[in-house]
Parts: sequence; structure tokens; C-alpha cells
Amino acid sequence: MNISPAKKPSTKFLPWEDPKQEPLVRFGNVTKRFGSFTAIDNVSLDIYEKEFFALLGPSGCGKTTMMRMLAGFETPSEGTISLGDDDIGSVPPYKRPVNMMFQSYALFPHMSVEANVAFGLKQDKWPKNLIKERVEEMLSLVQLEQFAKRKPHQLSGGQRQRVALARSLAKKPKLLLLDEPLGALDKKLREQTQFELMDIQEKLGMTFVIVTHDQEEAMTVASRIAVMDHGKIIQVATPEVIYEYPNCRYVADFIGDVNVIEGRLNSRTDSGIKLSWAEGQNDISISNNTERSADENACFAIRPEKVHVTHEEPLDADNRIQGEIHDIAYTGNLSTYYVKLSNGIIFKAQESNRRRLANREFTWEDKVWLSWRNTAGILLD
Amino acid sequence: MNGRFTWFNTTSLTVGFVFLYLPILLLVLFSFNESRLVTVWAGFSTKWYVELFKDKAFLDAALVTFRVALLSATVATILGTLAAVVMVRAGRFKGRTLFSGMIYAPLVMPEVITGLSLLLLFVAMGVSRGFWTITLAHITFSMCYAAVVVSSRLVTFDTSLEEAATDLGCTPFQAFLKVTLPIMAPAIISAWLLSFTLSLDDLVIASFTSGPGATTLPMKIYSQVRLGVTPKINALSTILIGIVTIGVLVASYLTRRSEARRKVDELLAES
Amino acid sequence: MDRKFGRFLLIGLPYFWLLVLFLVPFGIVFKISLSDVAIAIPPYTPTFDLSAGWEGLKSLISGLDFENYIWLTEDDIYWKSYLSSLRIAGISTILTLLVGYPLAYSMAKAPSEWRPTLLMLIILPFWTSFLIRVYAWIGILKTEGLLNQLLMFVGVVDEPLQILNTDTAVYIGIVYSYLPFMVLPLYSALEKLDGSLLEAAQDLGCTSIEAFWKVTFPLSMPGVIAGSFLVFIPAIGEFVIPDLLGGSDTKMIGKTLWAEFFSNRDWPVASAVAVLLLLLLIIPIVLFQNQQERAQEAEK
Repeated sequence: MNISPAKKPSTKFLPWEDPKQEPLVRFGNVTKRFGSFTAIDNVSLDIYEKEFFALLGPSGCGKTTMMRMLAGFETPSEGTISLGDDDIGSVPPYKRPVNMMFQSYALFPHMSVEANVAFGLKQDKWPKNLIKERVEEMLSLVQLEQFAKRKPHQLSGGQRQRVALARSLAKKPKLLLLDEPLGALDKKLREQTQFELMDIQEKLGMTFVIVTHDQEEAMTVASRIAVMDHGKIIQVATPEVIYEYPNCRYVADFIGDVNVIEGRLNSRTDSGIKLSWAEGQNDISISNNTERSADENACFAIRPEKVHVTHEEPLDADNRIQGEIHDIAYTGNLSTYYVKLSNGIIFKAQESNRRRLANREFTWEDKVWLSWRNTAGILLD
Repeated sequence: MNGRFTWFNTTSLTVGFVFLYLPILLLVLFSFNESRLVTVWAGFSTKWYVELFKDKAFLDAALVTFRVALLSATVATILGTLAAVVMVRAGRFKGRTLFSGMIYAPLVMPEVITGLSLLLLFVAMGVSRGFWTITLAHITFSMCYAAVVVSSRLVTFDTSLEEAATDLGCTPFQAFLKVTLPIMAPAIISAWLLSFTLSLDDLVIASFTSGPGATTLPMKIYSQVRLGVTPKINALSTILIGIVTIGVLVASYLTRRSEARRKVDELLAES
Repeated sequence: MDRKFGRFLLIGLPYFWLLVLFLVPFGIVFKISLSDVAIAIPPYTPTFDLSAGWEGLKSLISGLDFENYIWLTEDDIYWKSYLSSLRIAGISTILTLLVGYPLAYSMAKAPSEWRPTLLMLIILPFWTSFLIRVYAWIGILKTEGLLNQLLMFVGVVDEPLQILNTDTAVYIGIVYSYLPFMVLPLYSALEKLDGSLLEAAQDLGCTSIEAFWKVTFPLSMPGVIAGSFLVFIPAIGEFVIPDLLGGSDTKMIGKTLWAEFFSNRDWPVASAVAVLLLLLLIIPIVLFQNQQERAQEAEK
């Protein structure tokens, strides 16, 4: 299958920024309790047509419950869920125009691939010839035409995953739910399949909601990501915004790697604001988040790859700190340097290894300078 | 870790299996004995089989036994499957503890007690005893075994299969018929086979619950054995053992062959 | 509404069946155990007369007493059969364990391609009639039977031993009939055992026999306990084996109950024997259940 290089940026797809757009799915103050345990805590969320929306969070954060409420396997304890103009909160799963691809694939082991894909269509009493046509169409979409007569156990993991996808797409649902769809695949296959999923979603122009705990997967496939924790949505935004402008330490920590320095904001200058963080160290100057006022406690967060490591003091850099290399994690393409600052804090800096290992310039216990621009990091509470 | 046959293992396996099978082999051997005695070999003969088939009482008893077993196994499997679904899937309901208690109790109950209590029930209700009372009694204890067999498979059943079916438009009942039942079929079949053999085997409960009109094969064998050992019983036993052995061997050959095919399929699928 | 009715039917059908054909009969057994024997049909008094209604129930209750239970304690045949049932079941359980353990151990240690066959060979006799398997031993254990012929031929004994119609024959019968119940849990406990544990024990200085007693045996304890209960509990109430293989002085409670019922036609005493047998069984059953629950907890 052709692998398309990510999403084409030429056509801007930003329905959530358009106040005239009606959302396809709307969670209105939804709460779900299991006994005394609150799985979902007063969540409101809009998902728009043709979105590839990711629910991201650690296990037990409530993302699966959100999906199961969309599928109809759970009903909300409070609040409403609407799909288009209909309130679907209490509609049973078999009456919803929503289909789901299960984490375990849930392929019926006693039916052939063909029969699995046709199952939902037969249930809807489609005429025989149309079913045949649709099944062929779906199998060619996932490139499994020659496997139509096989039973699920005669397929590899990747093929099963595609049968599950074909089966859930066959009924042309208004909304397709994907529950950790790639969790059972190995890393290489997973990456390839991510692009296939995006291609299919784009080709069919359907709305996908994916549940995952894998942040890279969410970043790759999704148009928007909702980061969840303890039954609440912490932030909903595009992958770029989530990564570059996380709204709290939890999101910053959960997505990617981050250095956090606690300190106190002081003097405001034309170019931004300064954070004092340790005796005898230069203040950190930040030009983002200028709405913050002086004399507040704050955290400064910066991604390791935005920090440069040099032997010489980079006099032209906006921010620079000296430290000593404590550890080096070499992962082939990248090296992450764990640099110990004078106050004991370990600061991570990442450099890509453009040169071969033998020519690397840093080693353990080297005194080095860390530097970054004043737009590279952000302030968090 | 793959094992080996050490001298110790070989010896204890040989001794163990000789102990298990020698009595049965001797029983079969002496069914072909010319003599009346079942302990002294006097030459090969099939005359005891001929006599057995001439004995109408045995044939009648065999007929009764098979009818009871067929009927009771079928009803017991249906009720046992329902009971298994209740135990595994129904969640909480009033009297749940009592229910599972009643399922497990007959498994450990001495047959004399089950037999006695059912007999007293039939007497108290004024039911005349015979074919139907034996069948009712067999259904009652077989359904508990059937429930245990089916529920042990149902516990490990992947509920997402049923969810997938409802997601694709089945009502919960349709999902049960189209997805759960076909996948559960092997467990249900083994529950039926177990119920069938339990009914075929039972002496004690049948003795309590039968009336003058209905004698089962085990009851007939028992009354003959009390009178003395005869090669006719050996002949009958040999036939019964033969049927069961062939049944079990065929069943295990079929399951093993399908498992082997499955393994090959899986290997091919991954390559 | 429709689904509620379906659920009601689903639960109600097996529930009702078991209530009527399992629980109610026990109530009747208990009630009759409090009645007096009578020469009538049915042979006990008082009987419950439905048409008499509430008054009938009252007179019924006033006619009940614990006389039969007192009788059971006074006549020593009953408590002797209870004790003897426990003794025979206990000894047979130990013997079954002694026979079953090496068998299960050797099965678990056999090459893995052999194990399904061996397992099937253990289960196969379980499918053949219990009665026939017990019957097979009569011909072997008789005074002029095959075992005595063999012993005399080899010259171990000069005259035939009396084995049939003794407790020894009952032990052999129980060991033989219940061996699969012992071997299967033992085998599943032993087969799970990680071979590297034994290698570790030997690496740390155990001989293979020490390693067996210090590692294998303790880890197979759940199987030992489960197997022992699975033999002990049904052996207590056994009827066929003591009746066919045991002698007239082999007392087992199942046999006593049968005799009381079919020979003496004393239904109230037979019922009282049944109630006490049930009470006797409750202790091992509860112990067994606790052990099973703990084993399941441990697996999680």
C-alpha cells in the first residue's frame, strides 16, 4: 500500500475553529459512575465530521468508557450524548449508526473472513447482491480479496486487524470507533498501519474516534487529541498545540519528554518575562506566556531537543547554563545528555547524531553549556 | 522443559497403567471363555454373546437405559446451559447464592442421599415410579454437571465477540444465538456426552427412583452380579466398554486432528 | 418488558427445576426423619394432609420428634458405620495418593508429545461404567480368583487368601475407581511446575531427591489437597464398592442407609441416617471449598 507522507497541509481542516460548524458528536456534561467509582467526571466535548479524533491517556483514565458510551455498551449516569441531532445516550448499540473496531478484533472464529465482513449487512437485511458487492469493496479496500474464504485463525495478526477494520466499515457508520486498534501489532507494522488508517479515513471521508495510550500513535494519526486523566479531559487540541503548548505539567509530561524548572517570575522586559530559579544562576527569559504577571510562582518547561549542548559558552544565546554531563543515553539516531546543574537538577538535552559515534564530541564528566532561545520553552502553573 | 522417560518414570507409568487396564482386559478376555467360570480359561467361544442377545430382559433393560440417557442428557444439557448462563452472565439477583449452591451440591452429594430424597418426593407427590421418574432424577443431577462444564468454558468466553455482534446490529438474544452458541458448541457437546454417560452408568439413583416396570441396565447387571459372576455380564461389559472406547478414541482423534490443522494454519498465516 | 420477561424465564427455569427436584426433596427427607415408622403406604406417620390446611400442618408438627436420631445414637451399628466410613475413606485416600503421585509425576515429566495420550489413558476408564469396573475386580479377588491363582503359582501362599468380602477389597476398589480423580489435579499441579526451579535448587546444592522434597512436593500441595478431597468426599458415601467387594462386616454408611431403606423398609431411620451423613460431609466440603478459593486467589 502507498504510504502517504502525513497530512497535506495545503487544505486547512479546522472545523473546531469555525463557530458556524455543528459538531457531529456532542458530550454534554457527561458523568459515568460504576457504583461509587466515577469513571467520567462531568465531561463536555465536541467532535466534528471527518475528524480523526484521539482519546489519549494512561489506562484507567476513562478513555475506554468514553468510547463504550459512544458505542452504546454503557449509558451515561448524567448528561447527554448526541450524534447529529439525535440524543443517543440510551439507544442500544444495535440501533446506533456507530461501529467499533475492537482491541481484540473480536472476529467471529466460526465464520470466514467474508462472513465476518457481511455479518452487519446481513443483520441490516441488505439484499444479497449488494452484500456481495460491499464485501468485495471492503476486502479490496484492506487488500484482503484473496483471503475471503479463510477463517480468522488462518490469518496473521496484521491481516486480522484489517478484517476487523473492514467489518466495522462495511455498514458505512456515521462514526467509527477504534479501541487501541494497533496495540497487538509489532512496532514496524504498527507504524505502517497508522498511515493506512489515515489513508482510509481520508478516502472514505468518515469520522474516526481512536482510543490509545500510545502518544506517538495519537500524534501521528489524529487531527485533534483529547488528553484524559482521572475521568476528566485535561486538554483538547491539535497534536502541534498539545506538544508545543501543553496547558499543564501533566500534559507536558505525558506527551514526550520535558525538563521542568520551578521558580519565581520577576521583572518584565520588552522581550518577555524572567524567571529566577536558583542562587547564582542567570534568570531564564521567556517571551511566550507574556500574560503572566510578575511575583508569581511558575514552572518553566522545555523539551530536550530544543536545548543545545556546546563546549564553548554560546554568548549569543538568550539563555545559557553551565553543567556537567552525568549520563548519556545513546539511541542510535539521537543522544540524550543528562546534564547535572550546579544545584543538582538533572537537565536533559537532545542532539541528533549526524556524525558517526567515533567522532562524537561529548563524553562523561565534560563541562558543557546548555542554551536555548527565549521562545523555545513555555511557562506552566 | 521437555521431559524424558527415566527408568523411574517408565516403571511407575507401566505399573500405574497395568493396574488401571489389566482388570478391564481380563474382563474382556473372559467374556470369550468357553467355560461358565470367569477365572479358569477353557478355550475361545462367543456363546455368551449369543446368550446375551437371546435374553430379552437384558435387551429390554438396554432399551430403557438408552431412552432414559438420550432424553435426560438432552434436557439436562439445555437446562445446564441455561444455568451456566445464569451463573456466569446474569449478575446479581435474589437467591443467587442458593442457586449456585444447588448447582454445586449434587456434585458432592452421595448418590444414596440424592436417590432417597427424590424417591421420597415422588412418593409424597403420589407419582407412580418408572421410566419418567428415573428420567427426571437423571436430568436433575446431570444438569448440574452440564452446568459446570458449560460455565467453565463460558467464563473464558471473550465477551467482546458478543459486543461486536450487537455493535453490528444484533439484539443481545440474536448475538447469543449467532455468536455465543456456535462457539460454545464443543463445550455443549461434551456436556451432553457427560450427561449421557452419567445416566448410562447410574445404579444407585435409578434403583431408588424406578418402579416395577422399568429396569435399567446397571440395575440388571447389579442384581445378576449379586447372584454370582457369569460370563454373560462379561460379554455385556465388553460391548459397553467397546462402545465407549471407540467413542472416546474417535472424539479425541477428531479434536486432535483439528488442533493439528489449526496449528499448521497458524504457522502458515504468520509466515 | 420483553427483556425482563426473558431474563425471568432464563433464571426461573433452572431455578424452579432445582428447587422442586433438589431442595424440596431435602425438606421431605428432613421431615420424614422426624416421623415414625408405620405399616402403611407410605410407610411413615404422620403424613401431611393438604386438605386439612393449617390445622393439618399443626398436627403434623406435633407428630414430629427426634426419636429416630436418639435411636441412631443408641444402636451402635449406626455410629460404627459412620466411623468406619471415615476410616475406610481416609485410608483409601492415602493409598490413592501413594499410587497416584508417582503416576502423575511420571506423566508430567514425560516428553510433551506423549502427555495428551497419557492423559487420555487416565481419563478413558472414567468414561466406562463404574459398576463394570468394580465388577471386574470380583473375578480377580475371589478365593479361586486370578490373584490367588497367581500367588499360589508363584508360591507366595500355599492356600488361597480371603480378599474378596474384606476391607482390603474395598480399599482396592476405591483406589482403582477414584484414581483418575487423584491423578488429574496432581498432574495439572506438577505440569505447571517450572523446570528451572529444580535446576535452581540443584544449582544451589540440592541432590535431585532433596530438590523433589524441598521444591516439587511443596509446590504440588494444591494438587495433593484437591485430589485427596476429590477421593475422600465421594468415598464416604460410597455404596457400590462396599456392597460388591466388602464383606458383611464392612460397615459403610451408604450401605447401611441402603439396607435400612430396601431391607428393613424403615424410611424414617433411613432419612435420619441421610441427614446425619450430610452433616458429616459438610465439614470436608467446606474445607475443600476454602482451599479451592485460596488456590484461585493465589493464581491471580
